[in-house]
Amino acid sequence: MAVITVEQVKKSFSTLEVLKDISFSLEKGEVLSIIGPSGSGKSTLLRCITNLETVDSGTITIGGDTLVTTTDQGSAVYADKHTISRIRLRVGLVFQNFNLFPHFSVMRNLTEAQIHVLKTPKDEARQVANELLVKMGLADKATAYPYQLSGGQQQRVSIARALALKPQVLCFDEPTSALDPELTGEILAVIKELASEHMTMMVVTHEMAFARDISNRVIFMDDGLIVEQGSPEDVFAKTQNERTKRFLNRFGS
Amino acid sequence: MGKLLMLMLEGTFTSLRIFFLTLLFALPLGLLVAKGRMSRHRIISSLVNGYIMIMRGTPLILQLIFVYFAPYYIFGSSADRFTAVIIAYVINYAAYFAEIYRGGIQSIPQGQLEASSVLGFSKIHTFSHIVMPQVVKRIMPAMGNEVITLVKDTALAQTIGVAELFRVAQNAAAREFSTMPIFIAGVFYFVMNAIVSKSFDRIERKLDYYR
Repeated sequence: MAVITVEQVKKSFSTLEVLKDISFSLEKGEVLSIIGPSGSGKSTLLRCITNLETVDSGTITIGGDTLVTTTDQGSAVYADKHTISRIRLRVGLVFQNFNLFPHFSVMRNLTEAQIHVLKTPKDEARQVANELLVKMGLADKATAYPYQLSGGQQQRVSIARALALKPQVLCFDEPTSALDPELTGEILAVIKELASEHMTMMVVTHEMAFARDISNRVIFMDDGLIVEQGSPEDVFAKTQNERTKRFLNRFGS
Repeated sequence: MGKLLMLMLEGTFTSLRIFFLTLLFALPLGLLVAKGRMSRHRIISSLVNGYIMIMRGTPLILQLIFVYFAPYYIFGSSADRFTAVIIAYVINYAAYFAEIYRGGIQSIPQGQLEASSVLGFSKIHTFSHIVMPQVVKRIMPAMGNEVITLVKDTALAQTIGVAELFRVAQNAAAREFSTMPIFIAGVFYFVMNAIVSKSFDRIERKLDYYR
């Protein structure tokens, strides 16, 4: 069953066409990596799915409900506010530079949305948060503030923050790009662990080895188009596509 | 001497009333003005911008006179002097506060709003729980400056005949052929501002629990 389907999505920033015609679907339990050069539209695609950007045309459905669809005249029609706020919570997003709330303790970073958006009782929210912190190896950091944590720890908190809302899909926007090479390992390990639990994930990444390791499927994007998609082996080892080959050579993988 | 001090304390009380009433109304009004200034509606933002330009571009003393006398020429009657002072100070300081708020609000990284949006927070919750607490911390030094200026600006209220501290001191100086009362008033202002800046230090230290 597809958790997310994207059909013929187009998006421009004034005259720059960032997404030219994107269609794909994400199956339940699948780990999908999106690779490609900078400016290829990977992050924009993720931002359209998480509703941080609006598409110009195309259809996106999330968990069976339509976020946006397109009329016969070709203009995008978004679902009503209520529906959007209901279905957007099905997709969590982990940012490149964490975006934790600096004035909240780690605990409150994890409970605020549970309490105020999901209306979870406080005790229960704290329990969820504590379990996630244990899972992230941060059990002793509940009362710390983000500035007291290393980049890797901050990113783990932000993964926990997204998971606290129990999303159907967790998206990562270059989750290790802002980290020291030594710290990327701990984030990749967390994502790997989530993959082993069959969390449905979409990962925009520059870590080719990682994408090859954890993904069920890889999408290679360039210049606003999906150039190629398939199993990691198809894309990394057996690709016949010249553009993909050139890109992979440059990344030395 | 004892009588002089009593008079000056009375004047100080008037100055403090102007000070606190101005803050009470100008602090929230400033936030509203800042919101208007940042409005996506061109008409609203340029109207508010015009208001800010006038408030910051003309002397407070002139605004004070205008607020007191203009209604007299237009409607044939004025507000009482003290009310006129409060109105003039509130609309003037709201403009300055608005620009401080705006600077603070615009300095909050876009990522904070995006994280808030992805987590499903309402606009109101985002503003009141994510944006404003961080804004308050960032604008404290600039606010401290402005509030200290307000303490000294209360001396202008005498322009339309409100007997605040400085007017009382000047009257006493004229009566006694001595500049001493004016210097005593100076000490009063200094003490008030010492309290203001200590208070701001304390607030800043309180907000120091995060970076």
